[in-house]
Amino acid sequence: MKRLGAYWLMPELFEPRIVAFFCNWCTYLAADLAGTSRIKYAPNARVIRVMCSGRVDPQFVLEAFAHGADGVLIGGCHPGDCHYQEGNYSALRRFQLLKHLLKDMGIEEERFRLEWISASEGDKVRAVINDMVEKVRALGPLRKYPVVGGPLEEVAAYG
Amino acid sequence: MAEKPKLAFYWCAACGGCDEAVLDLEEKLLDVVSSADIVFWPVALDFKRRDLAAMADASILAAFVSGAIRTTEQQEMVRLLRSKSQLVFAFGSCSHLGGVPGLANLWTRDTIFQTVYTENASTPNPDGTLPQLITVEDGRELTLPRFYDTVQTLDQVVDVDYYLPGCPPTPKILLAAVNQLLSGQLPERGAVLAPDHALCEDCPRRDSHPDHLALDQFKRPQDVLIDEGTCLLAQGILCLGPATRSGCEAQCIKGNMPCTGCFGPTSRVRDFGGKALSAIASVAAAKEEAAILQAFENVPDPIGAFYRYSLPSSLLRRRRLQESGQLEAAHSPTG
Repeated sequence: MKRLGAYWLMPELFEPRIVAFFCNWCTYLAADLAGTSRIKYAPNARVIRVMCSGRVDPQFVLEAFAHGADGVLIGGCHPGDCHYQEGNYSALRRFQLLKHLLKDMGIEEERFRLEWISASEGDKVRAVINDMVEKVRALGPLRKYPVVGGPLEEVAAYG
Repeated sequence: MAEKPKLAFYWCAACGGCDEAVLDLEEKLLDVVSSADIVFWPVALDFKRRDLAAMADASILAAFVSGAIRTTEQQEMVRLLRSKSQLVFAFGSCSHLGGVPGLANLWTRDTIFQTVYTENASTPNPDGTLPQLITVEDGRELTLPRFYDTVQTLDQVVDVDYYLPGCPPTPKILLAAVNQLLSGQLPERGAVLAPDHALCEDCPRRDSHPDHLALDQFKRPQDVLIDEGTCLLAQGILCLGPATRSGCEAQCIKGNMPCTGCFGPTSRVRDFGGKALSAIASVAAAKEEAAILQAFENVPDPIGAFYRYSLPSSLLRRRRLQESGQLEAAHSPTG
């Protein structure tokens, strides 16, 4: 993958960085299936396995955006299929409220996504990640210059 | 007799409510001044910057600073206070977390000046005059401090030793801190000097909290008659008690109003708004998108609801800027 560091100086180097929280029982297995099936898709997602999409604290999402993610994807079991009965419903409730909050913070809706992907849907992993990477690529980097969540001196310096 | 320890009070971007909290010590304030000298408190007594500058470094035992930092003047003053003081206390929500002035991080200097000096109907300004850093009048150069786009918490500008939460901190919290300070019994540096558990644990309505909460709809306090004895969340009122540090003596709850989170998070939480949002979203019953949106219909401004006192201390700190001084144009807050 291309170097990602100085894209605000050289926009053509921009590669979207997607942090993907995948649940242990469905979406992570789907990503595994995509791998063993040799399905090719964009290499931009950094997958973090969590036990359940309901485990994704909004703070994880905020932290990802604050520390360089251009997009955050949460993958969980389809409604009714949650290994823990209702964890994905909790994820959906938080997602709706957090999406509204992020929009008001100037973070476009396309940068934050929740998808239900079952263990058999390896091809959906490919489709969702490819689609998200292209949408985020079109939006450009979350930060066109290093300020939001960046070192404080920078926050103070441009005032 | 040994010289009495010295205390300083200063305010930055604040409303003055924290200084009121000092006066609310009432006669106990006399006990404080009998065992310590207040050597700097410009809002109450006639001290100037030069008085502070003339003091020896670290000659003040503790400085209590209220207010967030948004101008170069405030930045300079807190740096000066830091060098003159052995300990610095962030005093109140604004210096602790950014406070209500921190909501200005949804905007920029230019948009704020535009609203305040040209658009507000109550401010006639036909020439469109805006504050300038330097103005020349009658051959004299007048200067104003620079106003930053981004409001900062005190600990984003100088090292802070202790935090007193609250909008404002209660007299009890302040007095306990002063007593700990004067008796040399302060806890580990960096501590928030209030209980480290959620307000719900101390809530007078705790017994009426159901074991399992499942709400179809949140309601705004002005739209309903609130029962004075029942858990506010159980009544559908957005109360941040589950996510907020205790220590306020549940004053808002006793006034039949929900907690809005001024004491900030407990020590286990990094981002108050994120955690508060999580707590509130979790008590909705809906399982489908449309029903969930319906449940949160009366939460039109999540930033105002969950980051009312803490936007500058949040992980994102402010609304996104595309370039210096320019807001991301795609969306307007709450629009």
